[in-house]
Amino acid sequence: MSMATGSKFMPPQATEIAKSVDSLYEFLLIVSFISCVLVIGGLIYFAIVHRRKHEGEKTPYIAHNTTLEFLWSFIPFVIFMVVFVWGWVVYHQLRHMPENGLEIGVQGQKWDWTFIYKSGRKTAGEIYVPVNQDVKLLMTSADVIHSFYIPAFRTKQDVVPGRYSALWFNANREGTFQVFCTEYCGDKHSAMAAKIHVVSREKYEDWVQTDAYKGLSSVEIGAKVYGQRCIACHSLTPTPEGANPIAPSYYGLFGKQEKLDDGSTVLVDENYVRESILNPNAKIVAGYKKGIMPTFAGQLSEEEVMGLIDYLKTVK
Amino acid sequence: MASGAHDPNLNYLNWEKGLWSWLTTLDHKRIGIMYMISVMCFFALGGTFAMLIRWELFSVGKTIMDAKQYNQAMTFHGAIMVFMVIIPGIPAFLGNFIMPMQIGAKDVAFPRLNLASWYCLMAGAAVAFISLIYNGADTGWTFYTPYSITTQNGTIWLVTGAFIIGFSSILTGLNFIVTVHKLRAPGMSFWRMPLFVWALYSTAILQVLATPVLAITLALLVAERLLGVGIFDPKLGGDPVLFQHFFWFYSHPAVYIMILPAMGVVSELIATFSQKTIFGYKAIALSSIGIAAVSFFVWGHHMFVSGQSEFAGILFSFITMLVGVPTAIKTFNWVATMYKGSIRFDSPMLYAMGFIFLFTIGGVTGIMLAVVGVDVHFHDTYFVVAHFHYVMVGGTLMAIMGGIYYWMPKMFGRMVNETWARISFVLVFVGFNVTFFPQFILGAMGMPRRYYDYLPEYESLNRISSMGAWTIGVGFLVALGVILHAIKRGKIAGPNPWNAKTLEWTAPSPPPHENFHVQPVVTAGPYEYR
Ligand code: HEC
Ligand SMILES: [Cu+2]
Ligand SMILES: [Cu+2]
Repeated sequence: MSMATGSKFMPPQATEIAKSVDSLYEFLLIVSFISCVLVIGGLIYFAIVHRRKHEGEKTPYIAHNTTLEFLWSFIPFVIFMVVFVWGWVVYHQLRHMPENGLEIGVQGQKWDWTFIYKSGRKTAGEIYVPVNQDVKLLMTSADVIHSFYIPAFRTKQDVVPGRYSALWFNANREGTFQVFCTEYCGDKHSAMAAKIHVVSREKYEDWVQTDAYKGLSSVEIGAKVYGQRCIACHSLTPTPEGANPIAPSYYGLFGKQEKLDDGSTVLVDENYVRESILNPNAKIVAGYKKGIMPTFAGQLSEEEVMGLIDYLKTVK
Repeated sequence: MASGAHDPNLNYLNWEKGLWSWLTTLDHKRIGIMYMISVMCFFALGGTFAMLIRWELFSVGKTIMDAKQYNQAMTFHGAIMVFMVIIPGIPAFLGNFIMPMQIGAKDVAFPRLNLASWYCLMAGAAVAFISLIYNGADTGWTFYTPYSITTQNGTIWLVTGAFIIGFSSILTGLNFIVTVHKLRAPGMSFWRMPLFVWALYSTAILQVLATPVLAITLALLVAERLLGVGIFDPKLGGDPVLFQHFFWFYSHPAVYIMILPAMGVVSELIATFSQKTIFGYKAIALSSIGIAAVSFFVWGHHMFVSGQSEFAGILFSFITMLVGVPTAIKTFNWVATMYKGSIRFDSPMLYAMGFIFLFTIGGVTGIMLAVVGVDVHFHDTYFVVAHFHYVMVGGTLMAIMGGIYYWMPKMFGRMVNETWARISFVLVFVGFNVTFFPQFILGAMGMPRRYYDYLPEYESLNRISSMGAWTIGVGFLVALGVILHAIKRGKIAGPNPWNAKTLEWTAPSPPPHENFHVQPVVTAGPYEYR
C-alpha cells in the first residue's frame, strides 16, 4: 500500500508538504527496515550458526578490523547526513512563512480553541479556511501551553501564553480535518480538539461575511452562545445534584439576590450579568473560586452578550 | 569480623546479621542489594500504574477511571519509572555490586556517601509519594510550566521528591568516578577495564554534570510556586519555554544515564555467552565517552515545535545525528563479537539478544524523530511513546533483567531456574512488541500522547497494545518468581558458572565482605578467551 495515496496507516494528505513529509518518511522506513534486517538478521544468523556445540570450544581472537569498522561508521554517517539534509529541506518549507497569507488568529485556552477572523467573526471549535490559499495562523494561549496539530497537514506548533507563535499551510483539497491539542494541558487535554473545514474560495468569502445569527431571535442567539462557550461550567439544573459544581447553575439566576464571597449581596440584573461575563473577577459568588471563569471581554460581540442576558431571563 | 575473613562459610550476606546491620552497612554489595529491593518495589508500583493506563485505554471513552485519575496515573508511571527505576536501576544496583569487584577493589571510594545516596533515594521517594496521598500530581513527568505552576499542590511534593532523588544520582556518580580513578587493582589499567566499568564511568560523568541542572530547575519551579518569583510564568514576566530548555538540558543526557549502563551490561553478556573477546573494545569504550559528551548538545530535539528558531531546529537535528554514529558502532560491534563465537542461550544471553533486537528498532526510530521535517508530525504523538519505550524498556529494562540473571550466581551464590527464566523472557519480549509496535502506527496516524480518550479509529490498535501490556505484566511476575526462587532454592553456583573472564568471577560466590581473599593482580585484558 503506497502512502502517497493516503493509506490506513497515515492521516489523509491535504497539503503538498504532507506529501513531502510522507516521501521522506517512506524513505526512512525503507532504510530503517534494511538496517534492521541486516543487524537483527546478522544477530540471529550468527546465533544459529555459531551456537555452542560442546563445552570448551575454542573461539578465534578477533579484536578488531579497521576496514570493517571504518565502513560501519562511515556508511551510517552518510545515511544520517542524507536524511538530515532532506529533513532540513522539508522543515524549511514547514517553517518558512508565506508573504501574503491569509491571517487568522487562534487562541487556545483550557480546553477549547477560538478562531478570530479579520472580518471580526469568531468561531469556537471550528475553523474555516479557503482551499489553495496560504493561510497563516497567529496563535497565543490564554493559560498554559497548548499545541496546534493538524495531522492531515503534517504540521504542529506550540501555542504559548504571553507570546505569538505562527503556523502556516496551504490546503490543496476541500474537506474536514481533525485538529488536536498536543501539549498536555490538564483534565480535558484529549478533548481539546477542533475541526478544520477547507472550503472553496467563494464559500469561504460568503461564510466569513455572513451573519451566523441571521434570522435568530436574541434569546436563540444567547442559547447558541451558551451551548458553545458556557456549558462546560454552567449547568441549568434547579438543584445542586447533577449540576456542575465548578460554577453556579443558571436556573432561576436572573432577578435573584446573589450572595458574594465578601458577604454582601447583589441583585442579578442586566448590569451584573454583563459585568460577570466581561469582568468575571469583579464580584465572586460565595462558595466559588476566583479566576476559574475566563473573561469574555473582546470575545463576545455586543449582540452575543445581549443575547446571553435575554437567554438567562428564560432559564427558570 | 577480621577473624572471619578466610572462613569459607562467611560471606557478605551472613557476616553480620539483622536489619540494623543492613540499614547501616557500608558494604557496596549490601547497598547494591538494598537498591535492588527498592528498585523492584518501585518497579512494581510504576508497573501497576502502567497496567491501569493500558486498561483505561483499552476502549474509547471512560473504561475504569476519569480523566483526572488517568492524568495522575500517567504522571506517576512516568516519574516513578524514570527517577526511581531506570536511572538508579543499573548504576546504583548492579553497578554498586559489580563495578568495584570488576576493578578488583574492596569497596567504593566513599562507602558512607554510598549509603547516603541510598537514603537520598528513599527520602526522595517518600516525599514524592506524599503527593499521592496529598492530592496527586498531574503534570506528566516533565513538569512543563506554566501548567505545573497552576495545577494542584501535590505537584510540589513530586517535584521536591525528584529534586532529592537527584542527589542520590549525583553522589553515586561522584563516588564511581573516584572509585574508578583511585581503586583499580594493580595492573588494571584503563584499557583493561571491563566495558561495564567504562559505561558506568561515562554515566557517572553525566550524572555529576547534568543532574545539578535538574536540581536547580526543580528548585526554581518550587520557588516560583511557593514564593511567586517570576521565572517561568508569563503572568509574572517569566518565560515558560525556558523551563523546557533547562529540563531537557538535563533530561536528554539523562536518557544516556539510562542507556549507557545497559550497553555496558550487554557488552559483558555478549562476550561471556559467546566465549569470545569483544570485538572493537576500544571503540565501544570510547563511544560511551563520545555519546556522553555529545549528549549535552542535543536537548533542542525535544523542542522542534516549541517555537525555537528554524536555525536552532536544524542545528539540534544535525548534532543528534552525530550521536547516532557511536550508537550504531556499538551495535555492530556486539553482533560482530558473536561471529565465530561459541554461543549459549542461557537466559541472560536471551535478554542481551532481546536488547539488541529492540534497541535497533528504538535506534532507527530515534533517527526518524531526529529528522526535523518528519518530527514536526511525530512530536508528542504515540510514535514518540513507542520509540522511547523501545529504548528504555526494550533497552534498559532488558539489560537489567539480563544482568540480574547473569550476576545472580555472584550475588546470591545460586543459579536461576533456566526454564522459567526463559519463559519469562519470551512473555516479556513478545508482550513488549505487541504493546509498543502498534503505537508506532498509532503515532503515524496522528494519535497524540497523554490522551485520556481517543478517536474511534484508534481503538483496535489500542486494544492490541493493552493486551501486550498485560502479557508483559505476567512476564515480569514470572521473573519475580524466578528471582525469589533462585535466592531461596536455586542450584548452588560455583564462583564462575559462566566461565567469564572479568575479575568479579574470581571471587567466591557470594563474595566475602571484602570481596577477594587475596588482592587480585591484573595481567591481561578483560575478555581473554584464547
Ligand atoms: C471555566 C468555567 C466557566 C465558564 C466557561 C463560564 N463561567 Fe461563568 N462562572 C464561572 C464560575 C466559577 C463562576 C462563579 C465565580 C464568579 O462569580 O466569578 C461564574 C459566575 C458567572 C456568573 C455569575 C453567577 C451568579 O450566580 O451570580 C455569570 C452570570 C456567568 N458566570 C456567566 C457566564 C457566561 C454567560 C458564560 C459563557 C459566555 C460563562 N459564565 C462561562 C465559571 C465559568
Ligand atoms: Cu492540551
Ligand atoms: Cu533527547
